Amino acid sequence: MKDVNGVALAVFIFFFVLVTVMGFRAARWRKAANENSLDEWGLGGRSFGTWITWFLLGGDLYTAYTFVAVPAAIYAAGASGFFAVPYTILVYPLIFTFLPRLWSVSHRHGYVTTSDFVRGRFGSKGLSLAVALTGILATMPYIALQLVGIQAVLDVMGVGGSESTNWFIKDLPLLIAFGVLAAYTYSSGLRAPALIAFVKDALIYIVIAVAIIYIPIKLGGFDAIFAKAGDALAQENPATGKPRGELASGENAQWAYATLAVGSALALFMYPHSITATLSGKNRNVIRRNTTILPLYSLMLGFLALLGFMAIAAGTKVDNGQLAIPQLFEDMFPDWFTGVAFAAIGIGALVPAAIMSIAAANLFTRNIYKDFLKPDATAEQETKVSKLVSLLVKVGALVFVLGMDKTVAINFQLLGGIWILQTFPALVGGLFTRWFHRWALLAGWAVGMAYGTLAAYGVASPTQRHFGGSNDVIPGIGETGYIGVTAFVLNVAVTVVGTVVLRALRAPDGVDETRPEDYTADAPEAGDRAAQAAGGAAHDSGAGRTDQGRTDDGKGEDPRVEAGAAN
Amino acid sequence: MSAPPQDAGKRRPAITPARVVAGLCLFAPFVGILWVDSYARIEPTLIGVPFFYWYQMLWVLISAVLTMVAYRIVRREQTGARRAAASETVAEAAAESGEAR
Repeated sequence: MKDVNGVALAVFIFFFVLVTVMGFRAARWRKAANENSLDEWGLGGRSFGTWITWFLLGGDLYTAYTFVAVPAAIYAAGASGFFAVPYTILVYPLIFTFLPRLWSVSHRHGYVTTSDFVRGRFGSKGLSLAVALTGILATMPYIALQLVGIQAVLDVMGVGGSESTNWFIKDLPLLIAFGVLAAYTYSSGLRAPALIAFVKDALIYIVIAVAIIYIPIKLGGFDAIFAKAGDALAQENPATGKPRGELASGENAQWAYATLAVGSALALFMYPHSITATLSGKNRNVIRRNTTILPLYSLMLGFLALLGFMAIAAGTKVDNGQLAIPQLFEDMFPDWFTGVAFAAIGIGALVPAAIMSIAAANLFTRNIYKDFLKPDATAEQETKVSKLVSLLVKVGALVFVLGMDKTVAINFQLLGGIWILQTFPALVGGLFTRWFHRWALLAGWAVGMAYGTLAAYGVASPTQRHFGGSNDVIPGIGETGYIGVTAFVLNVAVTVVGTVVLRALRAPDGVDETRPEDYTADAPEAGDRAAQAAGGAAHDSGAGRTDQGRTDDGKGEDPRVEAGAAN
Repeated sequence: MSAPPQDAGKRRPAITPARVVAGLCLFAPFVGILWVDSYARIEPTLIGVPFFYWYQMLWVLISAVLTMVAYRIVRREQTGARRAAASETVAEAAAESGEAR
């Protein structure tokens, strides 16, 4: 077993204690009158402004696993690992178009999860259940991977090394970290990760800024780094008989590169934890403004990815590719700064893990517990169930990581991305039109899920017989591409054909409880509400006009009623 | 209550030149990024970093600026619509409350 890096460990523990205190104190931060509601615990009271949302989303989307896995992918294969950057470039223009609509309709109707919206829009509990289950299934391995991120750091520090014989001693640090995380998530809800995200992001930005300047100086500049990395990547890999990788995406790899980028971009805001952070924003413009400032994280991710080349050039030697970056930090930085860097990664795991478990718990509570088990649950009961489930979800993730091989979590994470993409037609389609039929959406979802799972199962790699990667030959095109995108195209095709057929057969449509103006509504600001409601209606022309079976109940939602009241 | 404000669409068409520009701003990154062949090469390098990498990171900035432009456009449209709608709604409401009395 390797020596424990005492200084680094001390710094790491200092930051860990700091965020633990913050996590518990967060319960009292921006506190609202009624804390026993899911809006309070699970969405931070829907009160966060642009900057808190920015930190929260940044902390949420750019996880510890990202920080470990993206440079690790570059370290392993070069250019193909860089797809994470174009992926995060495409995300923001994409969500600019639909996320504000989701925010508005959720705000109007008190939706906490995407499944809430799908049920309200299509009047289908079955479809809503499918979306909820997909979300929970896709989130679980994601939480598990955050643990893998912490483990990587602990391993390199020499704490809880994998060679230790006693499993309890070996995993004790991880158990403590997660026990603490579970406790403050339980007591503070979404406020805990929101507050901790400030520390996490400050640390991450400092570490990357230092690394991107300091390490190249030590290695003789970027010219030397890429020359060495190019040589190393050109070497033949004994397992495959092909070069290890390349510096720029070759012709055979370009379809895979582009489809991975676009498929991942489409999938990112289908994940429950992204939506939880989105819905915690206090008004509609918080979301749009965030799409213009979140790219700062993408820039950072790009620099971080380049560290993968530095690890190659520095000749960093690791048995497990995931350890490449932590090991590079330890080799390059003085001990105390290694501690800061490791704390950044460790805390970077806690923030998303907390949000993910809250998101999964909300899905369970709203769309399984309340819809199917206890329809008359009160707000207090909902909150209680959600808190408990957030604990269960984390225990599940822990068992996942400790009980099974790490590759199982990675395989499931890969599948999770393909799966969650299949909820896109119901969610984003539903935000713009009621044309899709609920049963057709369900059929499309099922086909996409089945195809994606089978295709991923069939991918072999030199080290694995199944789930060896997320790319496969695209039927009909012959190029290699991301399975998720192929499954998504199939999904949409089935949904469209199914809708045409079902509409021709006059299959019963669900009741839509939303109205066109709900999709552009903003949070009420004093004296401005009537004008906004009317302005919102004016903006909705064209969309949502195919609504059927909607009842015009006129419960004070007509803008003119409010206008009268405001006068 | 009388019919919901369906006629709103007539006052402001769904497709306006400003919206087309905003749409193009949002669409441009997809063309730039997904056309991988246009940037899959090493030269020219920038302070030693191959073109493939610095070009894509440049797109992070370009796309952020384009999204910001789209945001400005959408916001300006919203404020305009809100003002127009507000004056009309107020007038209508005043007329209605007048009738009621």
